[in-house]
Amino acid sequence: MQWNSWSEFWAMGGYGLYVWGSFGACLLGMLIEPWLLLRRRRAIQARLPHKESAQ
Amino acid sequence: MSNFLTPFLQAVRRDLLLAARHKTEVITALFFFVIVVNLLPLGIGPDADLLRKIAPGALWIGALLATLLGLQRLFAPDHQDGTLEQMALSPQSFTLLIAGKIMAHWLVSGLPVVLIAPLLGVQFDLPARSLGILTLSLLLGTPILSLIGAVGAALTLGVRGSGVLLSLLILPLYIPALIFGAGAVEADLAGLGFEGHLSLLGALLLASIVFAPWVATVALRVALE
Amino acid sequence: MSASLFNWFKFASPASFFPLAGRLVPWFAAATLVLAAAGLWVGFAVAPTDAQQGEGYRIIFVHVPASWMSMFIYCVMAFWSALGLSFNTRLSGMMTSALAPTGALFAFLSLWTGSLWGKPMWGAWWVWDARLTSQLILFFLYLGFIALQAAIDDPRRADKAGAILALVGVVNVPIIYFSVQWWNTLHQGASVSMTKAPSMAHTMLLGMLLMALAFWAYTITMALIRVRCIILERELTSEWVKKNAME
Repeated sequence: MQWNSWSEFWAMGGYGLYVWGSFGACLLGMLIEPWLLLRRRRAIQARLPHKESAQ
Repeated sequence: MSNFLTPFLQAVRRDLLLAARHKTEVITALFFFVIVVNLLPLGIGPDADLLRKIAPGALWIGALLATLLGLQRLFAPDHQDGTLEQMALSPQSFTLLIAGKIMAHWLVSGLPVVLIAPLLGVQFDLPARSLGILTLSLLLGTPILSLIGAVGAALTLGVRGSGVLLSLLILPLYIPALIFGAGAVEADLAGLGFEGHLSLLGALLLASIVFAPWVATVALRVALE
Repeated sequence: MSASLFNWFKFASPASFFPLAGRLVPWFAAATLVLAAAGLWVGFAVAPTDAQQGEGYRIIFVHVPASWMSMFIYCVMAFWSALGLSFNTRLSGMMTSALAPTGALFAFLSLWTGSLWGKPMWGAWWVWDARLTSQLILFFLYLGFIALQAAIDDPRRADKAGAILALVGVVNVPIIYFSVQWWNTLHQGASVSMTKAPSMAHTMLLGMLLMALAFWAYTITMALIRVRCIILERELTSEWVKKNAME
Protein backbone atom coordinates (compact mmCIF):
# COMPACT_ATOMS: atom_id res chain seq x y z
CA MET A 1 0.00 0.00 0.00
CA GLN A 2 1.57 3.27 -1.07
CA TRP A 3 -0.94 5.69 0.46
CA ASN A 4 -0.31 7.22 3.86
CA SER A 5 -3.45 9.31 4.04
CA TRP A 6 -6.70 9.93 2.23
CA SER A 7 -5.58 13.32 0.99
CA GLU A 8 -2.54 11.70 -0.54
CA PHE A 9 -4.81 9.16 -2.18
CA TRP A 10 -7.05 11.83 -3.67
CA ALA A 11 -4.07 13.87 -4.86
CA MET A 12 -2.71 10.88 -6.84
CA GLY A 13 0.79 12.33 -6.83
CA GLY A 14 -0.39 15.48 -8.57
CA TYR A 15 -2.36 13.62 -11.20
CA GLY A 16 -5.62 13.73 -9.25
CA LEU A 17 -7.56 15.72 -11.84
CA TYR A 18 -6.65 13.32 -14.64
CA VAL A 19 -7.01 10.06 -12.74
CA TRP A 20 -10.28 10.99 -11.06
CA GLY A 21 -11.54 12.65 -14.21
CA SER A 22 -11.10 9.34 -16.00
CA PHE A 23 -12.51 7.08 -13.32
CA GLY A 24 -15.32 9.55 -12.61
CA ALA A 25 -16.34 9.66 -16.27
CA CYS A 26 -16.43 5.87 -16.42
CA LEU A 27 -18.46 5.65 -13.24
CA LEU A 28 -20.83 8.33 -14.50
CA GLY A 29 -21.29 6.64 -17.86
CA MET A 30 -21.84 3.27 -16.23
CA LEU A 31 -24.47 4.76 -13.91
CA ILE A 32 -26.31 6.76 -16.55
CA GLU A 33 -26.66 3.82 -18.93
CA PRO A 34 -28.44 1.51 -16.43
CA TRP A 35 -30.57 4.45 -15.30
CA LEU A 36 -31.69 5.15 -18.88
CA LEU A 37 -32.40 1.45 -19.36
CA LEU A 38 -34.45 1.36 -16.19
CA ARG A 39 -36.52 4.29 -17.44
CA ARG A 40 -36.99 2.59 -20.78
CA ARG A 41 -38.19 -0.54 -18.98
CA ARG A 42 -40.63 1.44 -16.87
CA ALA A 43 -42.01 3.11 -19.98
CA ILE A 44 -42.62 -0.29 -21.55
CA GLN A 45 -44.24 -1.66 -18.42
CA ALA A 46 -46.61 1.27 -18.36
CA ARG A 47 -47.71 0.33 -21.88
CA LEU A 48 -48.27 -3.34 -21.09
CA PRO A 49 -51.91 -4.38 -20.97
CA HIS A 50 -51.89 -6.22 -17.63
CA LYS A 51 -49.58 -4.66 -15.15
CA GLU A 52 -51.02 -5.87 -11.88
CA SER A 53 -47.93 -7.89 -11.05
CA ALA A 54 -45.48 -5.40 -12.51
CA GLN A 55 -43.09 -4.02 -9.99
CA MET B 1 -18.63 -11.97 -72.54
CA SER B 2 -20.52 -9.15 -74.18
CA ASN B 3 -23.78 -10.89 -73.25
CA PHE B 4 -22.65 -11.06 -69.69
CA LEU B 5 -21.92 -7.36 -69.59
CA THR B 6 -25.09 -6.25 -71.39
CA PRO B 7 -27.08 -5.30 -68.26
CA PHE B 8 -24.07 -3.36 -66.98
CA LEU B 9 -23.71 -1.36 -70.19
CA GLN B 10 -27.45 -0.81 -70.44
CA ALA B 11 -27.55 0.65 -66.93
CA VAL B 12 -24.55 2.89 -67.65
CA ARG B 13 -26.14 4.14 -70.87
CA ARG B 14 -29.50 4.76 -69.29
CA ASP B 15 -28.12 6.73 -66.34
CA LEU B 16 -25.82 8.75 -68.58
CA LEU B 17 -28.79 9.68 -70.79
CA LEU B 18 -30.74 10.70 -67.70
CA ALA B 19 -27.80 12.76 -66.49
CA ALA B 20 -27.51 14.42 -69.89
CA ARG B 21 -31.12 15.48 -69.52
CA HIS B 22 -30.48 17.03 -66.11
CA LYS B 23 -27.22 18.77 -66.83
CA THR B 24 -27.53 21.12 -63.87
CA GLU B 25 -26.88 18.33 -61.39
CA VAL B 26 -23.60 17.40 -63.02
CA ILE B 27 -22.49 20.98 -63.21
CA THR B 28 -23.57 21.68 -59.63
CA ALA B 29 -21.35 18.92 -58.22
CA LEU B 30 -18.38 20.07 -60.25
CA PHE B 31 -18.95 23.71 -59.37
CA PHE B 32 -19.27 22.75 -55.72
CA PHE B 33 -15.89 21.02 -55.88
CA VAL B 34 -14.24 24.05 -57.49
CA ILE B 35 -15.75 26.47 -54.97
CA VAL B 36 -14.92 24.42 -51.88
CA VAL B 37 -11.32 24.01 -52.96
CA ASN B 38 -11.05 27.68 -53.82
CA LEU B 39 -12.48 28.75 -50.48
CA LEU B 40 -9.64 27.10 -48.58
CA PRO B 41 -6.95 29.62 -49.56
CA LEU B 42 -9.38 32.37 -48.62
CA GLY B 43 -9.77 30.86 -45.18
CA ILE B 44 -6.12 30.04 -44.65
CA GLY B 45 -4.27 32.87 -46.39
CA PRO B 46 -2.28 33.16 -49.61
CA ASP B 47 0.99 31.76 -48.26
CA ALA B 48 2.27 29.76 -51.28
CA ASP B 49 4.33 27.30 -49.25
CA LEU B 50 1.44 26.45 -46.99
CA LEU B 51 -0.98 26.14 -49.90
CA ARG B 52 1.36 23.78 -51.74
CA LYS B 53 1.42 21.66 -48.63
CA ILE B 54 -2.32 21.46 -48.12
CA ALA B 55 -3.22 21.18 -51.82
CA PRO B 56 -3.52 17.35 -51.98
CA GLY B 57 -5.65 17.18 -48.86
CA ALA B 58 -7.80 20.10 -49.97
CA LEU B 59 -8.51 18.63 -53.38
CA TRP B 60 -9.22 15.21 -51.94
CA ILE B 61 -11.64 16.51 -49.33
CA GLY B 62 -13.31 18.58 -52.05
CA ALA B 63 -13.69 15.40 -54.10
CA LEU B 64 -15.18 13.51 -51.12
CA LEU B 65 -17.79 16.19 -50.56
CA ALA B 66 -18.62 16.53 -54.25
CA THR B 67 -19.20 12.76 -54.46
CA LEU B 68 -21.55 12.89 -51.49
CA LEU B 69 -23.74 15.43 -53.30
CA GLY B 70 -24.63 13.09 -56.13
CA LEU B 71 -24.92 9.96 -53.99
CA GLN B 72 -28.26 10.86 -52.50
CA ARG B 73 -29.73 10.78 -55.99
CA LEU B 74 -28.05 7.54 -57.00
CA PHE B 75 -31.03 5.29 -56.21
CA ALA B 76 -33.71 7.64 -54.88
CA PRO B 77 -35.37 8.72 -58.20
CA ASP B 78 -35.46 5.12 -59.46
CA HIS B 79 -36.87 4.02 -56.14
CA GLN B 80 -39.62 6.60 -56.29
CA ASP B 81 -40.86 5.75 -59.79
CA GLY B 82 -40.57 1.99 -59.25
CA THR B 83 -37.76 1.40 -61.74
CA LEU B 84 -35.54 0.00 -59.03
CA GLU B 85 -38.11 -2.61 -58.08
CA GLN B 86 -38.40 -3.66 -61.71
CA MET B 87 -34.64 -3.97 -61.93
CA ALA B 88 -34.62 -6.18 -58.84
CA LEU B 89 -37.27 -8.45 -60.34
CA SER B 90 -35.87 -8.51 -63.87
CA PRO B 91 -34.12 -11.67 -65.08
CA GLN B 92 -30.96 -9.67 -65.63
CA SER B 93 -28.35 -9.64 -62.91
CA PHE B 94 -29.38 -7.00 -60.39
CA THR B 95 -25.78 -6.68 -59.20
CA LEU B 96 -24.57 -5.85 -62.70
CA LEU B 97 -27.32 -3.29 -63.16
CA ILE B 98 -26.30 -1.67 -59.88
CA ALA B 99 -22.64 -1.81 -60.91
CA GLY B 100 -23.65 0.02 -64.07
CA LYS B 101 -25.44 2.70 -62.06
CA ILE B 102 -22.36 3.14 -59.89
CA MET B 103 -20.15 3.39 -62.97
CA ALA B 104 -22.46 6.05 -64.40
CA HIS B 105 -22.34 7.93 -61.09
CA TRP B 106 -18.55 7.97 -61.27
CA LEU B 107 -18.56 9.09 -64.90
CA VAL B 108 -20.90 11.93 -64.00
CA SER B 109 -19.52 13.08 -60.64
CA GLY B 110 -16.05 11.56 -60.28
CA LEU B 111 -14.47 11.89 -63.70
CA PRO B 112 -15.12 15.66 -64.10
CA VAL B 113 -13.49 16.18 -60.71
CA VAL B 114 -10.43 14.23 -61.85
CA LEU B 115 -10.26 16.21 -65.08
CA ILE B 116 -10.47 19.62 -63.46
CA ALA B 117 -8.13 18.73 -60.57
CA PRO B 118 -4.89 19.68 -62.39
CA LEU B 119 -6.27 23.15 -63.01
CA LEU B 120 -7.03 23.63 -59.32
CA GLY B 121 -3.65 22.15 -58.47
CA VAL B 122 -2.03 24.90 -60.51
CA GLN B 123 -3.88 27.45 -58.40
CA PHE B 124 -2.18 25.91 -55.39
CA ASP B 125 1.17 26.20 -57.15
CA LEU B 126 1.80 22.46 -57.29
CA PRO B 127 4.80 21.42 -59.42
CA ALA B 128 4.05 19.41 -62.58
CA ARG B 129 5.18 16.09 -61.09
CA SER B 130 2.90 16.45 -58.06
CA LEU B 131 0.05 17.47 -60.33
CA GLY B 132 0.42 14.23 -62.24
CA ILE B 133 0.51 12.09 -59.11
CA LEU B 134 -2.46 13.91 -57.62
CA THR B 135 -4.54 13.42 -60.75
CA LEU B 136 -3.54 9.77 -60.90
CA SER B 137 -4.50 9.28 -57.25
CA LEU B 138 -7.88 10.90 -57.88
CA LEU B 139 -8.38 8.76 -60.95
CA LEU B 140 -7.80 5.64 -58.86
CA GLY B 141 -9.59 6.97 -55.79
CA THR B 142 -12.81 8.59 -56.96
CA PRO B 143 -14.28 5.26 -58.19
CA ILE B 144 -13.74 3.94 -54.65
CA LEU B 145 -15.76 6.86 -53.35
CA SER B 146 -18.64 6.08 -55.73
CA LEU B 147 -18.50 2.36 -54.91
CA ILE B 148 -18.46 2.67 -51.11
CA GLY B 149 -20.93 5.52 -51.36
CA ALA B 150 -23.36 3.28 -53.23
CA VAL B 151 -23.51 0.95 -50.20
CA GLY B 152 -24.40 3.91 -48.00
CA ALA B 153 -26.95 5.19 -50.50
CA ALA B 154 -28.56 1.73 -50.61
CA LEU B 155 -28.68 1.45 -46.81
CA THR B 156 -30.29 4.86 -46.39
CA LEU B 157 -32.68 4.56 -49.32
CA GLY B 158 -36.05 6.04 -48.45
CA VAL B 159 -35.04 6.68 -44.85
CA ARG B 160 -35.78 9.82 -42.85
CA GLY B 161 -33.02 12.44 -43.19
CA SER B 162 -31.08 10.16 -45.50
CA GLY B 163 -28.75 12.92 -46.70
CA VAL B 164 -27.12 13.63 -43.35
CA LEU B 165 -27.25 9.98 -42.38
CA LEU B 166 -25.46 9.03 -45.58
CA SER B 167 -22.55 11.34 -44.77
CA LEU B 168 -22.34 10.00 -41.23
CA LEU B 169 -22.17 6.41 -42.47
CA ILE B 170 -19.90 6.92 -45.42
CA LEU B 171 -17.32 9.54 -44.51
CA PRO B 172 -15.53 7.35 -41.92
CA LEU B 173 -15.24 4.61 -44.53
CA TYR B 174 -13.63 7.08 -46.95
CA ILE B 175 -10.68 7.62 -44.63
CA PRO B 176 -8.33 4.98 -46.12
CA ALA B 177 -8.91 6.32 -49.65
CA LEU B 178 -8.28 9.86 -48.41
CA ILE B 179 -5.09 8.87 -46.62
CA PHE B 180 -3.58 6.90 -49.48
CA GLY B 181 -4.75 9.36 -52.12
CA ALA B 182 -3.66 12.59 -50.53
CA GLY B 183 -0.65 10.87 -49.00
CA ALA B 184 0.77 9.86 -52.39
CA VAL B 185 1.73 13.44 -53.25
CA GLU B 186 3.14 14.14 -49.81
CA ALA B 187 5.15 10.92 -49.83
CA ASP B 188 6.61 11.90 -53.19
CA LEU B 189 7.51 15.36 -51.92
CA ALA B 190 9.12 13.75 -48.88
CA GLY B 191 11.20 11.56 -51.20
CA LEU B 192 9.55 8.33 -50.08
CA GLY B 193 8.10 7.39 -53.46
CA PHE B 194 4.44 7.51 -54.33
CA GLU B 195 4.16 3.98 -55.76
CA GLY B 196 3.32 2.37 -52.43
CA HIS B 197 0.39 4.68 -51.83
CA LEU B 198 -0.97 4.27 -55.32
CA SER B 199 -0.62 0.47 -55.16
CA LEU B 200 -2.60 0.42 -51.93
CA LEU B 201 -5.17 2.71 -53.49
CA GLY B 202 -5.37 0.34 -56.44
CA ALA B 203 -5.82 -2.63 -54.12
CA LEU B 204 -8.59 -0.75 -52.35
CA LEU B 205 -10.20 -0.02 -55.71
CA LEU B 206 -10.11 -3.68 -56.75
CA ALA B 207 -11.56 -4.80 -53.43
CA SER B 208 -14.38 -2.25 -53.69
CA ILE B 209 -15.11 -3.23 -57.31
CA VAL B 210 -15.50 -6.84 -56.20
CA PHE B 211 -17.49 -6.29 -53.04
CA ALA B 212 -19.27 -2.92 -53.09
CA PRO B 213 -21.81 -3.57 -55.90
CA TRP B 214 -22.69 -6.89 -54.32
CA VAL B 215 -23.14 -5.41 -50.83
CA ALA B 216 -25.13 -2.52 -52.31
CA THR B 217 -27.40 -5.02 -54.04
CA VAL B 218 -28.00 -6.92 -50.78
CA ALA B 219 -28.77 -3.62 -49.02
CA LEU B 220 -31.12 -2.57 -51.83
CA ARG B 221 -33.01 -5.86 -51.61
CA VAL B 222 -33.45 -5.24 -47.89
CA ALA B 223 -34.73 -1.74 -48.63
CA LEU B 224 -37.14 -3.01 -51.28
CA GLU B 225 -38.61 -5.83 -49.18
CA MET C 1 -24.49 -32.73 -30.16
CA SER C 2 -27.98 -32.76 -31.54
CA ALA C 3 -29.38 -31.96 -28.12
CA SER C 4 -27.16 -28.92 -27.69
CA LEU C 5 -28.04 -27.76 -31.19
CA PHE C 6 -31.69 -28.10 -30.32
CA ASN C 7 -31.21 -25.96 -27.24
CA TRP C 8 -29.51 -23.23 -29.21
CA PHE C 9 -32.37 -22.93 -31.60
CA LYS C 10 -34.81 -23.01 -28.75
CA PHE C 11 -33.19 -19.96 -27.22
CA ALA C 12 -32.89 -18.24 -30.58
CA SER C 13 -36.55 -17.34 -30.31
CA PRO C 14 -37.21 -14.09 -28.45
CA ALA C 15 -40.02 -15.63 -26.42
CA SER C 16 -37.78 -18.24 -24.84
CA PHE C 17 -34.70 -16.07 -24.64
CA PHE C 18 -36.56 -13.39 -22.70
CA PRO C 19 -36.88 -15.31 -19.40
CA LEU C 20 -33.38 -16.79 -19.77
CA ALA C 21 -31.90 -13.30 -20.15
CA GLY C 22 -33.88 -12.18 -17.12
CA ARG C 23 -32.40 -14.99 -15.03
CA LEU C 24 -28.86 -14.20 -16.20
CA VAL C 25 -28.95 -10.46 -15.49
CA PRO C 26 -28.48 -10.62 -11.66
CA TRP C 27 -25.49 -12.96 -12.01
CA PHE C 28 -23.68 -10.76 -14.48
CA ALA C 29 -24.55 -7.64 -12.50
CA ALA C 30 -23.06 -9.24 -9.39
CA ALA C 31 -19.99 -10.34 -11.34
CA THR C 32 -19.55 -6.75 -12.55
CA LEU C 33 -19.55 -5.40 -9.01
CA VAL C 34 -17.23 -8.09 -7.60
CA LEU C 35 -14.76 -7.86 -10.48
CA ALA C 36 -14.78 -4.05 -10.46
CA ALA C 37 -14.19 -4.01 -6.69
CA ALA C 38 -11.30 -6.46 -7.06
CA GLY C 39 -9.89 -4.56 -10.04
CA LEU C 40 -10.06 -1.22 -8.24
CA TRP C 41 -8.45 -2.71 -5.16
CA VAL C 42 -5.57 -4.15 -7.18
CA GLY C 43 -5.36 -1.01 -9.28
CA PHE C 44 -5.19 1.48 -6.44
CA ALA C 45 -3.95 -0.43 -3.42
CA VAL C 46 -1.68 -3.19 -4.72
CA ALA C 47 -0.19 -1.98 -8.01
CA PRO C 48 2.97 0.05 -7.40
CA THR C 49 3.65 3.57 -8.59
CA ASP C 50 5.05 3.68 -12.11
CA ALA C 51 8.65 4.78 -12.34
CA GLN C 52 8.10 7.15 -15.28
CA GLN C 53 4.48 8.19 -15.09
CA GLY C 54 3.99 8.35 -11.33
CA GLU C 55 0.41 7.82 -10.24
CA GLY C 56 -0.94 9.14 -13.53
CA TYR C 57 -0.56 5.77 -15.18
CA ARG C 58 -3.47 4.42 -13.11
CA ILE C 59 -5.78 5.71 -15.83
CA ILE C 60 -4.68 2.55 -17.64
CA PHE C 61 -7.05 0.55 -15.46
CA VAL C 62 -10.06 2.10 -17.17
CA HIS C 63 -8.56 3.29 -20.43
CA VAL C 64 -7.28 -0.01 -21.77
CA PRO C 65 -10.35 -2.08 -20.76
CA ALA C 66 -12.65 0.54 -22.31
CA SER C 67 -10.65 0.46 -25.56
CA TRP C 68 -10.60 -3.32 -25.63
CA MET C 69 -14.30 -3.58 -24.98
CA SER C 70 -15.19 -0.98 -27.61
CA MET C 71 -13.32 -2.98 -30.25
CA PHE C 72 -14.51 -6.34 -28.95
CA ILE C 73 -18.16 -5.25 -28.88
CA TYR C 74 -17.97 -4.16 -32.51
CA CYS C 75 -16.64 -7.60 -33.44
CA VAL C 76 -19.41 -9.29 -31.45
CA MET C 77 -21.95 -7.08 -33.24
CA ALA C 78 -20.50 -8.17 -36.56
CA PHE C 79 -20.73 -11.81 -35.42
CA TRP C 80 -24.42 -11.46 -34.54
CA SER C 81 -24.99 -9.60 -37.81
CA ALA C 82 -23.45 -12.38 -39.85
CA LEU C 83 -25.54 -14.90 -37.95
CA GLY C 84 -28.69 -12.86 -38.46
CA LEU C 85 -28.13 -12.37 -42.17
CA SER C 86 -27.29 -16.00 -42.86
CA PHE C 87 -29.88 -17.74 -40.66
CA ASN C 88 -32.47 -14.98 -40.56
CA THR C 89 -32.86 -15.27 -36.79
CA ARG C 90 -34.71 -12.40 -35.23
CA LEU C 91 -32.77 -12.47 -31.98
CA SER C 92 -29.45 -11.73 -33.71
CA GLY C 93 -30.56 -8.32 -34.89
CA MET C 94 -31.91 -7.53 -31.45
CA MET C 95 -28.59 -8.51 -29.86
CA THR C 96 -26.70 -6.32 -32.33
CA SER C 97 -28.76 -3.27 -31.52
CA ALA C 98 -28.64 -4.08 -27.80
CA LEU C 99 -24.83 -4.01 -27.86
CA ALA C 100 -24.31 -0.85 -29.91
CA PRO C 101 -25.01 1.83 -27.26
CA THR C 102 -22.70 0.17 -24.74
CA GLY C 103 -20.00 -0.09 -27.40
CA ALA C 104 -20.41 3.58 -28.22
CA LEU C 105 -20.16 4.42 -24.52
CA PHE C 106 -16.89 2.51 -24.22
CA ALA C 107 -15.49 4.09 -27.37
CA PHE C 108 -16.31 7.49 -25.91
CA LEU C 109 -14.83 6.60 -22.51
CA SER C 110 -11.71 5.32 -24.20
CA LEU C 111 -11.30 8.67 -25.98
CA TRP C 112 -12.12 10.64 -22.83
CA THR C 113 -9.68 8.75 -20.62
CA GLY C 114 -7.07 8.72 -23.38
CA SER C 115 -7.33 12.47 -23.57
CA LEU C 116 -7.00 12.83 -19.81
CA TRP C 117 -3.98 10.55 -19.91
CA GLY C 118 -2.46 12.38 -22.83
CA LYS C 119 -2.58 15.81 -21.23
CA PRO C 120 -0.09 15.13 -18.40
CA MET C 121 2.03 12.64 -20.41
CA TRP C 122 2.25 14.32 -23.80
CA GLY C 123 1.25 17.83 -22.83
CA ALA C 124 -1.78 17.92 -25.12
CA TRP C 125 -5.38 16.85 -24.77
CA TRP C 126 -5.39 15.39 -28.22
CA VAL C 127 -2.59 13.98 -30.35
CA TRP C 128 -3.06 12.63 -33.85
CA ASP C 129 -1.72 9.31 -32.75
CA ALA C 130 -2.72 6.30 -34.84
CA ARG C 131 -4.49 4.57 -32.00
CA LEU C 132 -6.40 7.63 -30.84
CA THR C 133 -7.48 8.47 -34.37
CA SER C 134 -8.67 4.93 -35.09
CA GLN C 135 -10.59 4.93 -31.83
CA LEU C 136 -12.29 8.16 -32.86
CA ILE C 137 -13.27 6.59 -36.18
CA LEU C 138 -14.61 3.54 -34.36
CA PHE C 139 -16.74 5.92 -32.30
CA PHE C 140 -18.07 7.43 -35.53
CA LEU C 141 -18.88 3.95 -36.82
CA TYR C 142 -20.90 3.26 -33.67
CA LEU C 143 -22.75 6.56 -34.06
CA GLY C 144 -23.47 5.77 -37.70
CA PHE C 145 -24.85 2.36 -36.76
CA ILE C 146 -27.11 3.79 -34.04
CA ALA C 147 -28.28 6.64 -36.27
CA LEU C 148 -29.10 4.28 -39.14
CA GLN C 149 -31.15 1.99 -36.93
CA ALA C 150 -32.91 4.93 -35.31
CA ALA C 151 -33.88 6.34 -38.71
CA ILE C 152 -35.53 3.16 -40.00
CA ASP C 153 -39.04 2.55 -38.69
CA ASP C 154 -39.52 -1.05 -39.77
CA PRO C 155 -37.60 -3.14 -37.20
CA ARG C 156 -36.86 -5.98 -39.63
CA ARG C 157 -35.31 -3.62 -42.13
CA ALA C 158 -33.47 -1.79 -39.35
CA ASP C 159 -31.96 -5.10 -38.24
CA LYS C 160 -30.82 -6.09 -41.70
CA ALA C 161 -29.52 -2.66 -42.70
CA GLY C 162 -27.68 -2.47 -39.38
CA ALA C 163 -26.23 -5.94 -39.91
CA ILE C 164 -24.90 -4.98 -43.34
CA LEU C 165 -23.41 -1.79 -41.96
CA ALA C 166 -21.79 -3.63 -39.04
CA LEU C 167 -20.21 -6.15 -41.41
CA VAL C 168 -19.00 -3.44 -43.79
CA GLY C 169 -17.60 -1.64 -40.75
CA VAL C 170 -15.79 -4.66 -39.34
CA VAL C 171 -14.11 -5.29 -42.70
CA ASN C 172 -13.08 -1.66 -42.83
CA VAL C 173 -11.79 -1.29 -39.28
CA PRO C 174 -8.45 -3.07 -39.94
CA ILE C 175 -8.03 -1.17 -43.22
CA ILE C 176 -8.73 2.11 -41.45
CA TYR C 177 -6.35 1.24 -38.63
CA PHE C 178 -3.64 0.28 -41.09
CA SER C 179 -4.13 3.42 -43.17
CA VAL C 180 -4.11 5.67 -40.12
CA GLN C 181 -0.89 4.06 -38.93
CA TRP C 182 0.60 4.51 -42.38
CA TRP C 183 -0.48 8.15 -42.33
CA ASN C 184 1.00 8.57 -38.87
CA THR C 185 4.42 7.25 -39.85
CA LEU C 186 4.48 9.55 -42.88
CA HIS C 187 3.84 12.55 -40.65
CA GLN C 188 6.42 11.85 -38.01
CA GLY C 189 5.46 14.86 -35.90
CA ALA C 190 3.20 13.25 -33.36
CA SER C 191 4.51 9.73 -33.06
CA VAL C 192 4.50 8.98 -29.38
CA SER C 193 3.96 5.48 -28.21
CA MET C 194 1.54 5.32 -25.35
CA THR C 195 2.03 1.99 -23.68
CA LYS C 196 5.61 1.10 -24.36
CA ALA C 197 5.92 -0.30 -20.84
CA PRO C 198 7.91 -3.47 -21.49
CA SER C 199 8.42 -4.14 -17.81
CA MET C 200 4.85 -3.73 -16.67
CA ALA C 201 4.48 -5.09 -13.19
CA HIS C 202 2.40 -8.23 -12.85
CA THR C 203 0.02 -6.53 -10.48
CA MET C 204 -0.62 -3.80 -13.07
CA LEU C 205 -1.50 -6.42 -15.63
CA LEU C 206 -3.70 -8.21 -13.12
CA GLY C 207 -5.58 -5.02 -12.29
CA MET C 208 -6.07 -4.30 -15.97
CA LEU C 209 -7.40 -7.81 -16.61
CA LEU C 210 -9.77 -7.65 -13.66
CA MET C 211 -11.13 -4.33 -14.84
CA ALA C 212 -11.47 -5.66 -18.39
CA LEU C 213 -13.47 -8.60 -17.03
CA ALA C 214 -15.63 -6.22 -15.01
CA PHE C 215 -16.33 -4.15 -18.13
CA TRP C 216 -17.11 -7.35 -20.01
CA ALA C 217 -19.61 -8.46 -17.37
CA TYR C 218 -21.08 -4.95 -17.36
CA THR C 219 -21.50 -5.11 -21.14
CA ILE C 220 -23.35 -8.41 -20.91
CA THR C 221 -25.58 -7.11 -18.14
CA MET C 222 -26.50 -4.02 -20.14
CA ALA C 223 -26.97 -5.96 -23.38
CA LEU C 224 -29.26 -8.48 -21.69
CA ILE C 225 -31.39 -5.79 -20.06
CA ARG C 226 -31.56 -3.86 -23.30
CA VAL C 227 -32.39 -6.88 -25.42
CA ARG C 228 -35.27 -7.60 -23.03
CA CYS C 229 -36.53 -4.05 -23.57
CA ILE C 230 -36.22 -4.45 -27.34
CA ILE C 231 -38.06 -7.78 -27.29
CA LEU C 232 -40.88 -6.28 -25.27
CA GLU C 233 -41.11 -3.18 -27.46
CA ARG C 234 -41.37 -5.25 -30.61
CA GLU C 235 -43.67 -7.96 -29.35
CA LEU C 236 -45.90 -5.88 -27.15
CA THR C 237 -48.99 -7.22 -28.84
CA SER C 238 -48.02 -10.88 -28.99
CA GLU C 239 -49.70 -13.45 -26.74
CA TRP C 240 -46.75 -14.58 -24.71
CA VAL C 241 -45.88 -11.04 -23.68
CA LYS C 242 -49.42 -10.44 -22.53
CA LYS C 243 -49.39 -13.66 -20.57
CA ASN C 244 -46.11 -13.89 -18.78
CA ALA C 245 -43.58 -11.24 -19.66
CA MET C 246 -43.80 -9.59 -16.29
CA GLU C 247 -42.08 -11.40 -13.52
